[in-house]
Amino acid sequence: MVPITWYLVLSAILFTIGVAAFIFKRNIITIFMSIELMLNAVNLSFVAFANMWKDLSGHIFVFFVMVVAAAEAAVGLAIIIAVFRTRQTLNVDRVNLLKL
Amino acid sequence: MTITPEMKGILIWVLIMVIKILVITHVLLGACAYTVWLERKLIGRMQNRWGPTRVGWFGLLQPAADAIKFIVKEDLLPPGVNKPLFLLAPLLAVALGLTSLAVIPFGETVTIAGHTEALQISGITDPNGGGAAPIFDPNVGLLIILGVTSIGVYAIALSGWSSNSKYSLLGSLRASAQMISYELALGLSLVGVVMLGSSLSLRAIVDGQAAPAGATGLSQWGVLHWNFFGGFQFVAFFIYLTAAFAETNRIPFDLPEAETELVAGYHTEYSAMKFAMFFIAEYANMFTAASIATLLFLGGWHSPFEGLSFIPSIPFPPIIAAFVPTFWFVLKICFFIFFYIWVRGTLPRFRYDQLMGFGWKFLLPLSIANIIVTSAIMAWRAAP
Amino acid sequence: MVHQLLFIIFAGICVAGALNLLLQKHPISSALSLIVVMGSLALLYLLLGAQFVAAIQVIVYAGAIMVLFVFVIMLLNAGEEEHTKGSRIAMWFGVPSVAALFGMVLFILLQRSKIDYQIQLGAFGRPTKDVAILLFRDYLLPFEVTSVLILVAIMGAVVLARRQP
Repeated sequence: MVPITWYLVLSAILFTIGVAAFIFKRNIITIFMSIELMLNAVNLSFVAFANMWKDLSGHIFVFFVMVVAAAEAAVGLAIIIAVFRTRQTLNVDRVNLLKL
Repeated sequence: MTITPEMKGILIWVLIMVIKILVITHVLLGACAYTVWLERKLIGRMQNRWGPTRVGWFGLLQPAADAIKFIVKEDLLPPGVNKPLFLLAPLLAVALGLTSLAVIPFGETVTIAGHTEALQISGITDPNGGGAAPIFDPNVGLLIILGVTSIGVYAIALSGWSSNSKYSLLGSLRASAQMISYELALGLSLVGVVMLGSSLSLRAIVDGQAAPAGATGLSQWGVLHWNFFGGFQFVAFFIYLTAAFAETNRIPFDLPEAETELVAGYHTEYSAMKFAMFFIAEYANMFTAASIATLLFLGGWHSPFEGLSFIPSIPFPPIIAAFVPTFWFVLKICFFIFFYIWVRGTLPRFRYDQLMGFGWKFLLPLSIANIIVTSAIMAWRAAP
Repeated sequence: MVHQLLFIIFAGICVAGALNLLLQKHPISSALSLIVVMGSLALLYLLLGAQFVAAIQVIVYAGAIMVLFVFVIMLLNAGEEEHTKGSRIAMWFGVPSVAALFGMVLFILLQRSKIDYQIQLGAFGRPTKDVAILLFRDYLLPFEVTSVLILVAIMGAVVLARRQP
């Protein structure tokens, strides 16, 4: 049998790798993807606890997290496209002046 | 190492599963090859010419000749391609085309040597066997097929991008945009059927289309309980069929792979076996779409003569009788394949902006309207 | 036994995919690794008895959101990563902070919380139906609010990505 702690530790590992990718990577799309990784790690915790308490509210939370992640990804990528059109670069270190 | 009875049971289960997978996969691959032959013959006759006639009687060995050609052709790797993705894309396309077979039920059960087995790769009968065992199939079988369709977009997107060619990139972007647009109408048109069947499991939806036990008079005829007729899902049926044509990139929605437009779209740079893999994937997707239409709208494996007492039922031996529902299922799928080929020979192609406008501005609101009307009628019928 | 073996295999694939996202230079490889992570997470949800969540994870997350990411990477033709001065400073401060974060989370999980529960396969009878009942009865207001949120997101994305005339 698998104790629930294994799932929670896996969720912690994925979340930490997401934070690391957020800090270390310079391409803005990769930074965005690390946010999605962090959200997925949290989803795993929710589903594991839903199994523990036999309460389906955990699944409902996962559903809403997915919806919010989808909305955020759509708007965020639109902003990235707009930034790329003006600055011609996707490296966050080069987008450091308010005026071109 | 002694083999306990428990291990023996597991080994037998694995062996039966492998046999089922091999049989169903090989039947599908053979069907794909001969659908190509059927298409060339039918399109030829519609265009008042013969089609393949040279290789064997009626050109029946043409698929074998094509297979040999694909195997011995030179496998080109154009310069500048992204090698891992170039190799991954056709593999992904074929793998996903064949994965949907795992949840499609082909019939009820077959009993060989005292062991009852469900005619579905992911269907599990009562392990103790015997009698009318209930069949357990995935709770969310329909969502699995929709998931496989969603991942299929990657095969096309990656093939175009990795090919390092303008025609391929344009073709793959158009094809991916078309596929994700029509996926919405496809999924929403199936919600009406799911509401009528109260379940996402394919077997439960088909079981809901049989004539109920206490029916009298005309409603004994099984056909009237199919979702297309008795469930009044004809609008959903036509939305589903149109969306399925768009998902499988068939005429009238095949702009991304039309020869006069984009050379060959996302599979321009592929040769020999990889191109054959895309071909097989396209026909396997056609079979999946036809199977779903049959299961959800036309009553699956139920015979159209079910419940008619004046048609004599032929007493088959039990082995053959277990496959009679499969025969009706395959017959209905063949009708859909014929319909696919018929439409290819008849209709012209959509332009790309017409295609996208049709998907977003017409099919999507129509499928939502279908959901509203179906749920209103169900609520009205259930009201005390 | 089989449960533990399946968990270890899919958890290994998850962690390998996440590390690949961190270590790869080209964003398309990171995107494909993230899709692998999401696929194996869907399989872990199946082990936890959440069939509906597993199916919508594949359909929505891996099949729609990541397609959006892959499209944008293909359209913008994003090149490989380059290491600037900012990223070197980030590594000097980042590695200890990430290690500290991980250590803190593990300490709280393993030492302080003491949760003692074994995962049961097949914990839920009819998850789809029960989730639907909860969603449309107890959580109806958040459901309607999220539909407004999606509408706002669609309008925002269309306006922001439009080509200025």
